[in-house]
Amino acid sequence: MRQGFLTRTPSVLIFLALLALFTLVVTLASHAYGTAFLSTSFVKTLGKTLCLCLVALAMDLVWGYAGILSLGHMAFFALGGYMIGMWLMYARTEDIVVQAQANAPLPATPQEISDGVASQIFGVVGGAELPAVWAFAHSLPLQLALVVLVPGLLALVFGWLAFRSRVTGVYLSILTQAMTLALALHLFQNDAGLRGNNGLSGLQNIPGLGQVSQDRLSVWFFWASAGALGLGYLLAAWIVSGKFGSVLRAIRDDEQRVRFLGYSVEGYKLYIFTLTAVIAAIAGALYYPQAGIINPAELAPIASIYLAVWVAIGGRGRLYGAVIGAAFVSLLSTWFTGGRAPDLSLGFATIQWVDWWQILLGLAFVLVTLFAPQGIGGLVDWAQGLRAPNRRGAPLGPDAGALQEREATE
Amino acid sequence: MSALLEVSGVSVTFDGFRAINNLSFNIGARELRAIIGPNGAGKTTFMDIVTGKTRPDQGSVTFGDRSISLLKLSEAQIAQAGIGRKFQRPTVFEDQTVFDNLMMALKKPRSPFAVLFFRPSQPDAARVQALAEEVGLGQHLARKSGELSHGQKQWLEIGMLLAQEPRLLLVDEPAAGMTLAEREHTTALLVEMAKTRAVVVVEHDMEFVRRLDCKVTVLHEGAVLAEGSLDHVTRNPSVIEVYLGRG
Repeated sequence: MRQGFLTRTPSVLIFLALLALFTLVVTLASHAYGTAFLSTSFVKTLGKTLCLCLVALAMDLVWGYAGILSLGHMAFFALGGYMIGMWLMYARTEDIVVQAQANAPLPATPQEISDGVASQIFGVVGGAELPAVWAFAHSLPLQLALVVLVPGLLALVFGWLAFRSRVTGVYLSILTQAMTLALALHLFQNDAGLRGNNGLSGLQNIPGLGQVSQDRLSVWFFWASAGALGLGYLLAAWIVSGKFGSVLRAIRDDEQRVRFLGYSVEGYKLYIFTLTAVIAAIAGALYYPQAGIINPAELAPIASIYLAVWVAIGGRGRLYGAVIGAAFVSLLSTWFTGGRAPDLSLGFATIQWVDWWQILLGLAFVLVTLFAPQGIGGLVDWAQGLRAPNRRGAPLGPDAGALQEREATE
Repeated sequence: MSALLEVSGVSVTFDGFRAINNLSFNIGARELRAIIGPNGAGKTTFMDIVTGKTRPDQGSVTFGDRSISLLKLSEAQIAQAGIGRKFQRPTVFEDQTVFDNLMMALKKPRSPFAVLFFRPSQPDAARVQALAEEVGLGQHLARKSGELSHGQKQWLEIGMLLAQEPRLLLVDEPAAGMTLAEREHTTALLVEMAKTRAVVVVEHDMEFVRRLDCKVTVLHEGAVLAEGSLDHVTRNPSVIEVYLGRG
């Protein structure tokens, strides 16, 4: 009965091998380290896509396995981005201010530098003081800790309140969506101290790495994203392969029964909700330095709905399904909305994909939900079914002593 | 005899309807008890109160040697304290294998952290194998429980209850939808289980109750109407009037 973790879950090895191969190919085709076949902006797009795959993985854990349809995980993703963005912006502005004051007759005091940074960052919203939320922005380690702590604590408090009151199903989805919206509206205000609707910008310039070209940086971030996705996949596969995964799926299928088995359903939900919020935040912290800019529109509820659509199309309840869905749909979306897809002429009307892509996506979502609930991942089952049909445990032959299905594995 | 479960003076009202009315009920540590009563007599509500699903308006429910009150505990804590519940409809986790179902039910630490780092040891796997064989599913450990027949699912659920090692077992209409042979097997299993723990069976079927050959409690309008052997209660005129007379 007992086997090693990787032999029990061969899909993990396959996934990691494919991810490593993909990373190698992209590296060899990049400007900085290879043939320059892929443009730097496309390498960034691929790196961002890997981050989206990671947050989709988190969504699959919380929705596909535990059955909590959270429409708030992109808020945790964006919060992670804001936390790292604050340090990026502060440290880079500090460099600029120090350089500008280098020629002054007297060396600048720390207070002068701090004031200079504040007026540089907040001049755009008419402020000259650093808000309290920027208290740790000068320190990379502290701000990195906040990447995990802020979304994690928000998820912990929100989840505790929601799960303790036994809010489930669509009501919980609405609640998470309300949380996202409230957070977005809060950040849109200049008073929130994160530059209102301007958001944080210039995040692609990494302080201290000014002399490193974007060609190289894009590949470095691509590597970091691939590494994070690989580790995230390992963690998720480890979680769902054991008894914890068993309990999660049991909660999804019959919550009340799990309670009578003696498991605290609320505790488990809170655990997985908070853990996935942290994974989402880490994905966001890797995403936004590649995107270069973050603003409150990133927290719009629609972003979290897209996340659910990716996971549904990819196939929820299986980890590689979420990754496939996120990669496939988001890359397709980039292609269609980037204006590169050729217009479709119907004679009486012309379909411009920039406008029509969302309708196509919505249609795909409805069709997948109705006719292929397994999503793209279901194709894997179908392919395996061709080789080893599932006989639902029936004997393979008509005789009484015929091999049972499970005895007949190769 | 000291009682394992002691329910005293419990009342509960749903929207003005008094489902349980000043109910008192005791059961000993190794006792088999049948609860009968017409529809709406409060049988299911009684089980909901004991397992923590429903909170009573007044009264007390205590359990175990140290008489801990169950009213402040959550469903999960009550289950951990040693009360198992079998539903009328077999509720197993159909998406998972028989092995996983039993492993989940096995008496082990239940906190998320303990479960996250839990990996089944050799004795655990052997215990699951033994349980599966006890309920006649030894050959089916690797199968998804959704593929099992109705009867097999019932056995699996009983196996899961045994794995929980409860001190008190509440069983809701175990004979519903069973063939005669399956009923006999179930009777034997319940009688066997009651040798080491308390078992409360809620049942409609008089014939089945007669087979159990145990003390019977008749509920009516949320209160105990009569208690004693089946022959004793069926001779009771008020029982005949409210229950048997209608049947």
